[in-house]
Amino acid sequence: MIQMKNVMMKYDNGVVAMKDLNLTVDPGEFVYVIGPSGAGKSTFIKLLYHELTPTAGSIKINNFDFNVMKSKEVPFMRRQIGIVFQDFKLLPRLTVYENVAYAMQVIETPEKEIRPRVLEVLKMVGLEQKLRRFPSELSGGEQQRVSIARAIVNKPQVVIADEPTGNLDPETAEGIMEILDRVNQSGTTVIMATHNQQMVDAHTHRVLEIAGGRLIRDEKEGSYGSEA
Amino acid sequence: MVVKPNVLKHHLKDSWKSLRRNGWMSVAAVSAVTVTLLLVGIFMALLLNVNRISSQVENDVRVRVYVERGTTKKQEAKLEKELKGLDQVKTVSYRSAKKELDTIVGSYGSQWKMFSGDKNPLNNVFMVDTKNPKATINVAKKAEKMKRVAEASYGGSTAKKLFKTVDTIQRWGIGFTILLLFVAVFLISNTIRITILSRADEIGVMRLVGATNWYIRWPFLLEGAWTGLLGSLIPMLVVDIGYSLVYRNAGLTTAANGYSLYPSVPFLIWLDLALAAIGIVIGALGAVVSMRRFLKI
Repeated sequence: MIQMKNVMMKYDNGVVAMKDLNLTVDPGEFVYVIGPSGAGKSTFIKLLYHELTPTAGSIKINNFDFNVMKSKEVPFMRRQIGIVFQDFKLLPRLTVYENVAYAMQVIETPEKEIRPRVLEVLKMVGLEQKLRRFPSELSGGEQQRVSIARAIVNKPQVVIADEPTGNLDPETAEGIMEILDRVNQSGTTVIMATHNQQMVDAHTHRVLEIAGGRLIRDEKEGSYGSEA
Repeated sequence: MVVKPNVLKHHLKDSWKSLRRNGWMSVAAVSAVTVTLLLVGIFMALLLNVNRISSQVENDVRVRVYVERGTTKKQEAKLEKELKGLDQVKTVSYRSAKKELDTIVGSYGSQWKMFSGDKNPLNNVFMVDTKNPKATINVAKKAEKMKRVAEASYGGSTAKKLFKTVDTIQRWGIGFTILLLFVAVFLISNTIRITILSRADEIGVMRLVGATNWYIRWPFLLEGAWTGLLGSLIPMLVVDIGYSLVYRNAGLTTAANGYSLYPSVPFLIWLDLALAAIGIVIGALGAVVSMRRFLKI
């Protein structure tokens, strides 16, 4: 479960990027975070995986209360979250297989458990034929699928996706969306920042709209444009 | 910091792999280590041998106690006993005037033979070695006041000057070595920082998927250690060959004067081990220092 209470984020340069944010996300939910560029979507996402520390307020993810969490606990909190970026953030020197296995090695998973699990997730995203390719040899959509495979390989309870379809054509974006829906159907909470209107309207889920650093709409089964 | 054996094995493999993948960047880092350790190696060999010869020279300083002419054997025996009784005195040996003259004849030529027999102008001498070279001055002063002593010399101002020079060489030597090591740490950590910068994306991904700080540090630390070790190979080789040559050529000259350099074995083995250890420690340290700012959470 994710809980944010009175969260405020003010950058060192004085810009207030987030104000009075209150929300709860239950386990297994699929939530869109929408809003124009500069609205605070990225700040919201970064606060969730503790890349940024809020100026005021509290954030809780499962048993981790960010206000009392020690810095050495941060890696363990992050193991409950899988993150997908618009620019994929794959390691160019590693193959598809290695990129995904890397996420398991890093948390010191026994070697014998790594191979079957990596193959399982790569099959789920439809890349079981491209294990030995390097990221530069893949299309954008394929790279994003590797990045999703990496995000879910450790079976996180929450997947956070920051504009995962932002760099992709509509058809490829649809494929990515279907994968994220499948991830969600397996019980994982998905939080996705996007401004892909078509996607939000076609795959209806809860919608959080942010503007000027404030949450201005929280609607179950919402659409991109407000009902009003 | 605790690391499981299989994880360490993985890190070792990984660090070696990334050293090769970094290509020219690794070559640059290794070269920086090589240049620095070459200087450190040459200077260490030089300094250690200067110290050795200085202490040999220092230990060579002894008090010569000249016995008054016409002193009887009995009186000489008494004087010897008194000298042995002095504080800080290690050994006392006797050289007759004839033996002293023989030494001069041996070194400077047979024309000095004209002074042999009753014409010998030299005195019988007691050579007094002290436990501590610096005690020679005091011992000489005390010996001079004894009966039947014509003169007691310790090389006077020459000895004082020598002690001062040795002190200066040692102090400057240590200072310079420390400075050189500082330069080495700076050079190595800077070069490793560049290789880390080029892999900032990798560190970012590691953090995002939940790697602990020590898990992230290990491969870089090991890579730094490899860099240091590889960088010490050429300096070892150059110092080994160079020192062996110097030892073979200068060894004889110094030996003729009664002084000696450290024999190549085991000296070079210790020096090589020291260079490798300095390289490894500085490389690993440089890596850890350089990556501190990447690990802020």
